[in-house]
Amino acid sequence: MSAVSAIARRELRAYFVTPVAYVFMVIFLVMAGVLTFYTGDFYDRGLADLQPFFDMHPWLYLVLVPAVTMSMWAEERSSGTLELLFSLPVSISQAVLGKFLAAWAFIGICLVLTFPIWITVNYLGEPDNGVVMAGYIGSWLMAGAFLAIGACMSTATRSQVIAFILTASVCFILLLIGQPQVLDFFQDSLPPKLIGAMGQLSIVRHANAIARGVLDLRDLMYFGAMIVAWLGAAVLVLDLKRTR
Amino acid sequence: MIETDRLTRCYGPLIAVDSLTLRAEPGQVVGLLGPNGAGKSTAMRMIAGFLTPTSGTARVCGHDIRREPLAAKRALGYLPEGAPSYAEMTVREFLTFMVRVRGLDREVARRRFDEVVTRLELDEVLEATIGTLSKGLRRRVGLAQAILHDPPVLMLDEPTDGLDPNQKHSVRMLIDAMARERTILISTHLLEEVHALCNRVAIIANGKLLADATPAELEARSRYHGAVSFSAQGSGVSREMLARIPGVSMTEVDPLDGRVTVFPKPGEAILEAVQALLREQNLRVTEIQLEQGRLDEVFRQITTQPRGGNA
Repeated sequence: MSAVSAIARRELRAYFVTPVAYVFMVIFLVMAGVLTFYTGDFYDRGLADLQPFFDMHPWLYLVLVPAVTMSMWAEERSSGTLELLFSLPVSISQAVLGKFLAAWAFIGICLVLTFPIWITVNYLGEPDNGVVMAGYIGSWLMAGAFLAIGACMSTATRSQVIAFILTASVCFILLLIGQPQVLDFFQDSLPPKLIGAMGQLSIVRHANAIARGVLDLRDLMYFGAMIVAWLGAAVLVLDLKRTR
Repeated sequence: MIETDRLTRCYGPLIAVDSLTLRAEPGQVVGLLGPNGAGKSTAMRMIAGFLTPTSGTARVCGHDIRREPLAAKRALGYLPEGAPSYAEMTVREFLTFMVRVRGLDREVARRRFDEVVTRLELDEVLEATIGTLSKGLRRRVGLAQAILHDPPVLMLDEPTDGLDPNQKHSVRMLIDAMARERTILISTHLLEEVHALCNRVAIIANGKLLADATPAELEARSRYHGAVSFSAQGSGVSREMLARIPGVSMTEVDPLDGRVTVFPKPGEAILEAVQALLREQNLRVTEIQLEQGRLDEVFRQITTQPRGGNA
């Protein structure tokens, strides 16, 4: 376990040594604020909650998470440190997990830094802070799923651009798949059971369910399974690349 | 101890390392010598666990790299080619990270950290960012990382590549000092390094082990082994007279500086006879030398010899 935490701490530090982390944070915080107030009808709804704020997160993550993960393994490969890392008494799963946890913690820090919006809503009205908390948890879990996808894509290619595009595409599909318009589109061509299954794959549906303030085991399992599966795939790809 | 057992690695149709069987014992500094692209780095990467062998295996201190990779890696200190490290970290952060990843005990870690930093003279750059360091310093940081956990087996891929002569010397001194109880495998394409460091040489080319001997044994294979070369002033001694000495097979004169080399027949010692002849002829000998044999010649001969049969 000490190896995982050592890798995670190193990675997290590395984010803050380069300007990437600060650029990311500023853009995330500014965009989260702007989108909430201007396109999310924050005031006009007349409700003291953070629903419009959390509704914007999937779209923010869609662009920003691939930017965080694209260099995760590509950089190690190009600078030769991957050879160093794999010669240490660390299993591939430990390395993958350490890097993932660092990225997840980083997004967590960004989410914590959105606290002014939470103060604002508490100043303006009396929101259910339990629901707000659940919204944050849902958003963070969703970020975790996106990050796991990004981690996997980053192992698959040397090119950071390709890693970015692949991650954004997969995340986009997972965002779209549960939208009513998409499900309607397939209504006639696919059996209803499959449509139902497609809906269940939707990342937004599960995040929203949590954001309503209900921590359902099924939603938690969805995110758990997503993260484990994509990280597992990342481990497999890295191991496979050692033989090629 | 490092043992490789028919270690093989293919990249598609290309065989980078071909059934390599090697053994390095504690106290030995084994030099893996070969032309560029011979498979030295690939072999080391497999032993270090970065690449998976296509077939065959290796053992580090008895731990099979395929069955007990973590135990094997714990026993190993490895300096990859080019000494990669995280450029954005300071030397202190990097070495601390290495200590943590290796899970060293806190007390041991502090002691080893101080020892290694002193030994590699890194005190003054501890707070410097690795990316800003010179090549020589970065190499030293890489070496520090490799010996941090006091491993019984060290594997260094071109440890002095790109260093200036002083830095080369200090790295060699360091390796020499560590050699006593450890098994050290270094790869190099520098023949001087073999002389300076290794007590055994494994020559590989095209992934195959072509020779495994001590540097002296390799030198003995040279046609220069036991030859006498001299520079003399005066009318010059005739080559016929030299050739008449019993045990001499032939003589050569360097057309540039007039230096004469007298080659013996296999197993014959000719130094005294040549000296006697030179005295007899009253020549002013400015310099005379008994050749040990030339490694570069042996190296060339071994690594460029046509492969058996398929011309």
